[in-house]
Amino acid sequence: MLSCKNNAATETGDTNADAPSENAGTQDLGQAFLKDDEATPNVLDIAVGSPDHTTLVAAVQAANLENALVNAGPLMVFAPTNAAFDKLPEGTVENLLKPENKDQLAFILKHHVTPGKYDKEFLKKFKTLGQASNENVPVEVKGDDVYVGGAKIIASIPAGNGIVHVVDAVILPSN
Amino acid sequence: MKKIIHFITAFAFFAMLLSCGKNSQNGTKKQGALSSNAAEKVYVAPGEYDEFYAFISGGFSGQLAVYGLPSGRLFKVIPVFSQDAEKAWGYNEETKPMLNTSHGFVPWDDLHHPDISQTNGLLDGRWVFVNGNNTPRIAKIDLTTFETTEIIELPNSAGNHSSSFVTENTEYVVAGTRFSVPIPQKDIPIKDYKGNFKGALSFIAIDPEDGGMDLKFQIMMPGFDYDLAHPGRGASHGWFFFSTYNTEEASTLMEVNASQNDKDFIAAVNWKKAEEYISAGKGKKMPAQYAHNVYNDQTHMATSTIKDEVLMLDASELPGLVYLLPTPKSPHGCDVDPSGQYIVGSGKLSANLTVHSFQKMLAAIEAKNFDGEAYGIPILKFDDVLAGVVDQAGLGPLHTEFDGKGNAYTSFFISSEVVKWKLGTWEVLDRQPCYYSVGHLMIPGGNSREPFGQYVVAMNKITKDRYLPTGPEVTQSAQLYDISGDKMELLLDFPTVGEPHYAAGIRADIVMKNSRKIFKLEENDHPFAIKSESETKVVRDGNVVHVYMSTIRSHFSPDNIEGIKVGDKVYFHVTNLEQDYDVPHGISMIGANTSELLIMPGQTETFLWEPKEVGVWPFYCTDFCSALHQEMQGYVRVSPAGSALPLSWSLGED
Repeated sequence: MLSCKNNAATETGDTNADAPSENAGTQDLGQAFLKDDEATPNVLDIAVGSPDHTTLVAAVQAANLENALVNAGPLMVFAPTNAAFDKLPEGTVENLLKPENKDQLAFILKHHVTPGKYDKEFLKKFKTLGQASNENVPVEVKGDDVYVGGAKIIASIPAGNGIVHVVDAVILPSN
Repeated sequence: MKKIIHFITAFAFFAMLLSCGKNSQNGTKKQGALSSNAAEKVYVAPGEYDEFYAFISGGFSGQLAVYGLPSGRLFKVIPVFSQDAEKAWGYNEETKPMLNTSHGFVPWDDLHHPDISQTNGLLDGRWVFVNGNNTPRIAKIDLTTFETTEIIELPNSAGNHSSSFVTENTEYVVAGTRFSVPIPQKDIPIKDYKGNFKGALSFIAIDPEDGGMDLKFQIMMPGFDYDLAHPGRGASHGWFFFSTYNTEEASTLMEVNASQNDKDFIAAVNWKKAEEYISAGKGKKMPAQYAHNVYNDQTHMATSTIKDEVLMLDASELPGLVYLLPTPKSPHGCDVDPSGQYIVGSGKLSANLTVHSFQKMLAAIEAKNFDGEAYGIPILKFDDVLAGVVDQAGLGPLHTEFDGKGNAYTSFFISSEVVKWKLGTWEVLDRQPCYYSVGHLMIPGGNSREPFGQYVVAMNKITKDRYLPTGPEVTQSAQLYDISGDKMELLLDFPTVGEPHYAAGIRADIVMKNSRKIFKLEENDHPFAIKSESETKVVRDGNVVHVYMSTIRSHFSPDNIEGIKVGDKVYFHVTNLEQDYDVPHGISMIGANTSELLIMPGQTETFLWEPKEVGVWPFYCTDFCSALHQEMQGYVRVSPAGSALPLSWSLGED
């Protein structure tokens, strides 16, 4: 279980000094591992709680991005479903989950996060969004549907620290 | 919808499973501290002194707190912008004028950025300057008394955020407005913002002898939001740099509308050029209302003066005064390295840091290589002024400090960490988590030419599980990291007063030798002061009564007063006759609609009591002054309004 991982936590030793991807703790210590039953679920809670997002959650854990997703935010997460990951060429996900590809994985995941919190209707006001990857993604409106970076929003769940938009495709960065 | 319900149900299921505690963490924390000697590094033995003072702002508390580093021990909370019943700040008659403004008495503000005075680019430890955001003000704290001795209001400003930073000889304390507003204020539609609202940058000249503040001039700028600022130093002395956002000039739904432009600006202001323009008579005097409040250590009283004019320079009309450096993604922090060569812009929605080169900026200006203009102010080309980019350093960069060894330390709010990187190569060298949501960082001396690069303090907005819980509101905190080695090491968490927004630190020996111990009684020029018990008296003027009272261990003089009547306004002017270090006395009167007084040796303070009921009412000393503190008390007899009982006062007469 995610919240039980801090058994091995160390605080002042074992720095993740050279890790080039940002995160607030490869040591499973921090807000992500603080659980309560009173607060509104945050974007990480929502992803963890969804049986349709086990691939995404595995990726977040592999990239040690949990603490970034529970911060005060606001954060808007475009959460590809397991089916969306399945549409990628065979072996892509397995490859990204390898420890040596952690940076690349983190970059792709950050490409699915926007600092901000906008519902689907409100997103129609935007032409582009600036992602945590430092790249922009286009926003397109087709009828009632909103596409972000080519991925269609198929459900939206407000979170305590932002909003999760479930999307039907993985949004790949240009580089 | 069905899908959403499915998610929520799934979440509830998981929430039940996610109940295991973090008990094991305590054990590992202790092991970590022991194995790394963190405890030893922050331990200051009883009776020994800390190596540094840290002046940590209280944010929304409106006050400035004084801590020791590395221990994190709290020494004093200096009242600045908020009334403080503990010290009678803003309650006693002497300090009420300090909180006067053009809007009247304003008993609170939001104190953000302390900065320590400098001489030749080095901290001289004479004064700390701080800004009040809400009703724009700058305050000066005198580091001989650790008291606020001056507050100046800033006209044409609103949300005084990019303040209060000092130039390297404390020529100026500089303040920029966060909100642009109509200048002068007028009744116009909010939607007419664009082009009609302006931002004012204020340059407050500092008297080199006594630190006196004088609003020398303001620079009228386009209607952007001015976020943070830092002075040039060394080669760039004479310039001041301000980060801007909302160059879109939006006035509503800022979280969307102020993030439309891919780049905003860092405004580079040539203040030496401003002085030339003023000498050439190019400044325009315009009407303005602002308060200037000064506390005098001889009279122990403050005065408030409303000023009515300010000298304005219009950046749109005066060439060479301001240039705009494009900077990505709504830059927040705007920090200048100790050499003055690099200006670091932190786009708060960015994963990168942008570093501008002062030399390249000068070359681009020389070559007149501009990329258009904004309201007549030249915009330089991004690539022409860029020194480098710290790529993918973290998420949500805010503020950068420097260790004087060629390294920079940047806080990242969203990824909640401090990242060490190298100036010149722009490579990330180290990163450490912050618990949680770090705002500013502070390295003692970090805003000077020679930082004391031993510690960095991270100031966090959120602590959640870091301390014993205290209901919904839990403390904010500071975290101390040792930065003397290649890798940072977290040494200590300590709770703070209010929001630890920003801080300034200085080596203790520079300051402590100047700290005053007492106020000399013979120098007390308070109009109601008395120099000995023989001068105590009670004087009636209509229904106003002045009590000239003294304190000395362990009695008040007088301690029996008769002849006071219902409806009187009784002013107790209390002089502490003690001339010993650390022997304050206090006083409080039953039913007085104000705070206690806390009076330092040699000082006079005044509170007002308006008795409403007939009777005999006691007062007592509120500071535990001596073994007979509990005997330090007295009575006031209150007679009916029409009573003919004459005034009398005494001590020790039956």
